[in-house]
Amino acid sequence: MQKAEVLLSSLKGGKAPGRLFGAVIAVKDVISVVGMPLTCASKMLEGFQPVFNATIIDKLLSDDALIIGKLNCDEFAMGATNTNSAFGAVLNPVDKSRVPGGSSGGSAAAVAAGLCDVAIGSDTGGSIRQPAAFCGVYGIKPTYSRVSRYGLTAFASSFDSIGPLANSVDDCALVLDVISGYDPLDSTSYGGKLPSLSPISPFVQNEFTYSFNPDEHPNLAQDTNTPVSDEQPNSAQDTNTPVSDEQPITIQSPADTKDISKKLKIALPKEYFGEGLNPEIKSAVEEIASKLVEAGHIVEEVSLPNTKYAIAAYYVLTTAEAASNLSRYDGVRYGKRSKINGTLSEEKNRAVSEEKSGTLAEMYINTRSENLGKEVKRRIMLGNYVLSGGYYEAYFGKAQKVRRLIKNDFTKIFKDYDLILTPVTPEFPAKFGEMPTDPLAVYLGDIYTTSVNLAGLPAVSVPIGCSSQNLPLAAQFIGKEFEENTLLSVAKMLESLLQ
Amino acid sequence: MIELLPTEKYEPVIGLEVHAQLKTNTKIFCSCSTGYPAPPNSNVCPVCLGHPGVLPVLNESAVEFAIKLGIALNSRVNLRSIFARKNYFYPDLPKGYQISQFSLPVVGEGELEITLEDGTKKKIGVTRAHLEEDAGKSIHDRGDSTLVDLNRSGVPLLEIVSHPDIRSGAEAASYLRTLRQILLYLDICDGNMEEGSLRCDANISVRLRGETRFGTKTEVKNMNSFKNVEKAINFEIARQIDLLEEGREVVQQTLLWNADKGTASPMRSKEDSHDYRYFPDPDLPPLEISNEWFEKIKSEMPELPARKVERYTNEFGLPPYDAGVLTQQPETSRYFEEAAGFTSARKELSNLIMTEVLKVANEKKISLAEFAIEPKRLAKLVDLITSGVISGKIAKDVFAIMLSDESEPEEIVKREGLSQISDSDELEKIITSILNDNPAQVAEYLAGKEKILGFFVGQVMKQTKGKANPATVNSLLLSLLKRSSG
Ligand SMILES: [Zn+2]
Repeated sequence: MQKAEVLLSSLKGGKAPGRLFGAVIAVKDVISVVGMPLTCASKMLEGFQPVFNATIIDKLLSDDALIIGKLNCDEFAMGATNTNSAFGAVLNPVDKSRVPGGSSGGSAAAVAAGLCDVAIGSDTGGSIRQPAAFCGVYGIKPTYSRVSRYGLTAFASSFDSIGPLANSVDDCALVLDVISGYDPLDSTSYGGKLPSLSPISPFVQNEFTYSFNPDEHPNLAQDTNTPVSDEQPNSAQDTNTPVSDEQPITIQSPADTKDISKKLKIALPKEYFGEGLNPEIKSAVEEIASKLVEAGHIVEEVSLPNTKYAIAAYYVLTTAEAASNLSRYDGVRYGKRSKINGTLSEEKNRAVSEEKSGTLAEMYINTRSENLGKEVKRRIMLGNYVLSGGYYEAYFGKAQKVRRLIKNDFTKIFKDYDLILTPVTPEFPAKFGEMPTDPLAVYLGDIYTTSVNLAGLPAVSVPIGCSSQNLPLAAQFIGKEFEENTLLSVAKMLESLLQ
Repeated sequence: MIELLPTEKYEPVIGLEVHAQLKTNTKIFCSCSTGYPAPPNSNVCPVCLGHPGVLPVLNESAVEFAIKLGIALNSRVNLRSIFARKNYFYPDLPKGYQISQFSLPVVGEGELEITLEDGTKKKIGVTRAHLEEDAGKSIHDRGDSTLVDLNRSGVPLLEIVSHPDIRSGAEAASYLRTLRQILLYLDICDGNMEEGSLRCDANISVRLRGETRFGTKTEVKNMNSFKNVEKAINFEIARQIDLLEEGREVVQQTLLWNADKGTASPMRSKEDSHDYRYFPDPDLPPLEISNEWFEKIKSEMPELPARKVERYTNEFGLPPYDAGVLTQQPETSRYFEEAAGFTSARKELSNLIMTEVLKVANEKKISLAEFAIEPKRLAKLVDLITSGVISGKIAKDVFAIMLSDESEPEEIVKREGLSQISDSDELEKIITSILNDNPAQVAEYLAGKEKILGFFVGQVMKQTKGKANPATVNSLLLSLLKRSSG
């Protein structure tokens, strides 16, 4: 309320209201907001007070949003149920006996329950879209690099994207527009010009009014990390790639003003409608396809042949990055440090390192064993394994190749199609107590969402009605790089079409 | 059959890994100052402390410095290189990984020419040079706890790796000196080994002469001066040869040199047991260097010491020894070249710099940039010698006065009455009276003891307070003595 009064008085002082004036926004607790603890839903960071705002938070605040608080999630954004939180599970507001999805479960639930206008989530393999689908709200995962990651606690750096969840397409579009754009603090953030996303028009009337002139951005197509000057380290950053690899996947610049055909070409990849997909979800998404055909668009079946390798590649690459990203939680500088009582066995001590003293090894072992959750530890171990000597090529190297193949699949399809339509999840949200215990089975639930992150593409989860059990149904649209406007326009069209 | 000495039987094989701390104003991935000394943990920010959510942003100057070294070593500069994470846990490593370069470094294959003790030249291959961030500093000697200072965390380093082309401790020291000299000329590192801004590790093995395979190597660390590098390497070569001569094996390990004891002893850990799990850093896109930038840096390269030595010997006619001394430090060559612009007597200038200027600068530990006698005044002093106004000996006195007197040397000579006495009549009077006063010595000379001539010269100089022109004194003495014999 205090912040609201500050906003109001600034208005009286003659200041023009920001685009998010008074919008109530809550933030997934993996993003840094000064004055609010940053826990990442982990015991490790319980009570940790961040000393800087994430870039997106500064952007939201400068457009007069009200940041009302932090939202629960899976620990370090690892999970698909929001049950991997050190501070308890989140209930699905639609059906409290069920999970809300994850990892941005708190974000989806808060929006569905009307606790805020917009929630900020993060999506590494479906963490915005899947809970949005489970809770019946909109959620958009932007193109990798569209939104700065500075201040987002890293899970898998070449996959992580910040995006909004909301009850309307317009709210998603407006907030995404505010938080988009180049950030000198994030060397992987996109340096080119981005088309405005707000207001979003339903696709049938969409005029693609923006124009893009590549001459204004000579560095655009470069696959470059232009270093910044010594004196002013925060200037003049350039474009980037989603993966720092010897042959990076190149992010293309946004399409130039194109032929505004009212006929959209939409692809239905057959690999997303096969075995394992709940029949009710399948027919709901197919029905959306027919509605689009009725509205005059073209829908055709296509193939994304490398989809079957996506889950494996995703878990190899994300766990490798995560293992490294989470090494900083060691009890040395901040966060929890466990007691050292000198009880570490000689054997365990040696296993850690021969050059560290017993007490140091014990500090690491106790701190990380006691304060990181089971799923996080599982992924750290997996990640360290795939990077370890002798296994690198077989796992990490191969997964990078698969990543390029998957990206190529999409590139091929997008030569002929504007959008791809798929389900978001193969199943409805599980009931608490009925979740699969085999982690592999849980990981397979990400089957329709991870390819998007591997390819760095934007995708939106759109609510499309209710199931026979009154559970939310959702469809996913996957778009070309930086063509979030197309995704949001289609979502908006469906919003009115389904009313 | 002649039994070979063990040192003749074996050939040492040495490669050096040099870490040069780059003289940028700010750290390599954040805007913190690199200045020191500074209170512990005062030059830090969320980025170099490894807080959740921070990201690295590469410092342009660090890249420029690396490119400069690449050009200086005739290396292939990779216009596209990759940053990688080197993962390991240590309290002074905030992120749990060090950002470094692994498979594709910014500087590739190059070479460095060194001068051996006998004056011959040898080329040492340089495998690569890559950019990385330094870790912080752990302080272990404060009671029970270890203290961590992260001021150094994120300071840019250039790791320069040589081929195993080095064959002795002396060669290693020469390589290191030459490399340091280049770093100083490029003005990219202050080269202070004692303070750790230039660090050197050596990989050492020995093998029978003629053998092409490498022996088992050890790594020696903690050598913080040129002398220690040479000593430590020679120590380790001898140790390995002894082991092999006794029929034992060299164990692959890391040794720490102890300068006080003059020995190297194994560290607790086995280096090769580390698995750093390198992978490309997803927070940093590949580093791309534009052709324009590269060419610009190339066109702005300073003249390097090897080229200067060539020029000093060819153009100025200086002996190689002089050229070597004058190019040892960039500031010496700067001083010399500026003075050389004002006088054509380069050898006399070189003499005066080597014997007087450098001596005083070293004694007073001052930089030549702020030396009391500016190059132009020194050149004038040189000209006073070559024009015969003063002798080389008097020049030293004038030099001493000039250190605390801003006057021009001519003025000092005039004021102090130091001009050389070349007037034969005046000198003849003095010499004649000396000969008259010392009949015994004259007799000795006439009896054939020619060495006594020095005695008379000394007497003349004493009476003239050193101002007599030595050449004139010599010829007058000879003719006057000849006359007394006749
Ligand atoms: Zn810093």
